[in-house]
Amino acid sequence: MLTKRIIPCLDVKDGRVVKGTHFIELRDAGDPVELAEYYDKEGADELVFLDITASIEKRKTIVELVMKTASRVFIPFTVGGGIGSVEEIREILRYGADKVSINTQAVMNPSLIEESAEIFGSQCIVVAIDAKRDPSIDGWRVYINGGTTPTELEAVSWAKEVERLGAGEILLTSIDTDGTQEGYDIELTRAVVEAVNIPVIASGGAGSLEHIRDVLKDGKASAALIASLLHYKKYTIREIKEYLKKEGIPIRL
Amino acid sequence: MITIIDYGAGNLFSVKKALEYFNADVQISDNGKSILESNGIILPGVGAFGAGMKLLEKKNLKDSIAEAVRRKVPLLGVCLGLQLLFEESEESPGMNGLGIIKGRVKRLPNGLPLPHIGWNEVHIVKETPILKDIRQNNFFYFVHSYYAEPYQEDSIYGITDYGIEFPSVISQDRIFAVQFHPEKSGSEGLKIYKNFLEIVYGYNTSH
Repeated sequence: MLTKRIIPCLDVKDGRVVKGTHFIELRDAGDPVELAEYYDKEGADELVFLDITASIEKRKTIVELVMKTASRVFIPFTVGGGIGSVEEIREILRYGADKVSINTQAVMNPSLIEESAEIFGSQCIVVAIDAKRDPSIDGWRVYINGGTTPTELEAVSWAKEVERLGAGEILLTSIDTDGTQEGYDIELTRAVVEAVNIPVIASGGAGSLEHIRDVLKDGKASAALIASLLHYKKYTIREIKEYLKKEGIPIRL
Repeated sequence: MITIIDYGAGNLFSVKKALEYFNADVQISDNGKSILESNGIILPGVGAFGAGMKLLEKKNLKDSIAEAVRRKVPLLGVCLGLQLLFEESEESPGMNGLGIIKGRVKRLPNGLPLPHIGWNEVHIVKETPILKDIRQNNFFYFVHSYYAEPYQEDSIYGITDYGIEFPSVISQDRIFAVQFHPEKSGSEGLKIYKNFLEIVYGYNTSH
């Protein structure tokens, strides 16, 4: 039986981890590759690197990170953050990343989804959608540029559109719940899951074991992205997975 | 020397790193002669069946692969690399596959999300050297929407359940093929590459 995935998200800037550097058992907790290896050993099903580097060195640091990770970590990993061209996608995949996640550029230039899915296959194109509840459109509005710029798009219809264009997965973040640790946006997650036939990774708001269970069970997400909960060592991946398994959710242990 | 066939599709770097983990001599090549001179060959790949076959044809690699198989060079097909070994695929009607294994590639049934992405169990139905030391019902990482069905049922060594039970480990003679990605399936996945090296070289590798 296909299991639900638990995916740690590592925020990286200039080749260093910027959140969750509290791992005393690591020699260098700021080293993304060492942290990735640690999460792999702990039982992570996949990893996501969100690169927030803004400098012109960005491309070089991403490629270095990808190469080092692929040499030492043998679980799938996704790279996201400011990716905007087929050439960048090609480079990141060539050096060992399994998937790239595109967000702002997917909205600005939807043909990038189509083109890259055709060249590299849908399975490596993840479209990230940042959404915020908006009563004026009776749903959730899509935001870009790190959740700062509203668009004209409604999240559920945008999700259907990215599936049509060839996205292999959707990484769905609720701006309302992100960073609150008060639980995922179950309603948003379920609305998107029910509208598409590709896997949805839920993100934003995990603060307890119950929150993760709820988004996988009631939200019907295929995977849960987890950041602060792990970074601040509230729980380990193993504890999370043991709990979920006990709750009857199919989990790889 | 192990040769990973480079036809322009797939995560060759990760496959290479997985083999190098066991100190294997590995090269990535699109040269027919190097393929024929190898001790073992790996046909990797992600993406669509038609695109993969077109690339193999463009690089004139079809005959070299067929010849290597005739010479009993051990071959490991991974994911799309498994599917390309077959005669045809519903993904790209009218396009001939390598036809090394008799059978066809079909689309997974609707009803569950596609692609089938994530960790799923491989139920071993028969022993084979490529599955040596692999636990029964172990989890491996899958990413695909199509699966291959060999006409000869005795070629099936492992099956996986995703709406239907489909063959996930297939073998004939010196050909071994897995639908999942061993290079992305953690330490149990690495064992597949270790087993392949043992098949190729006939002795235990270090590690």
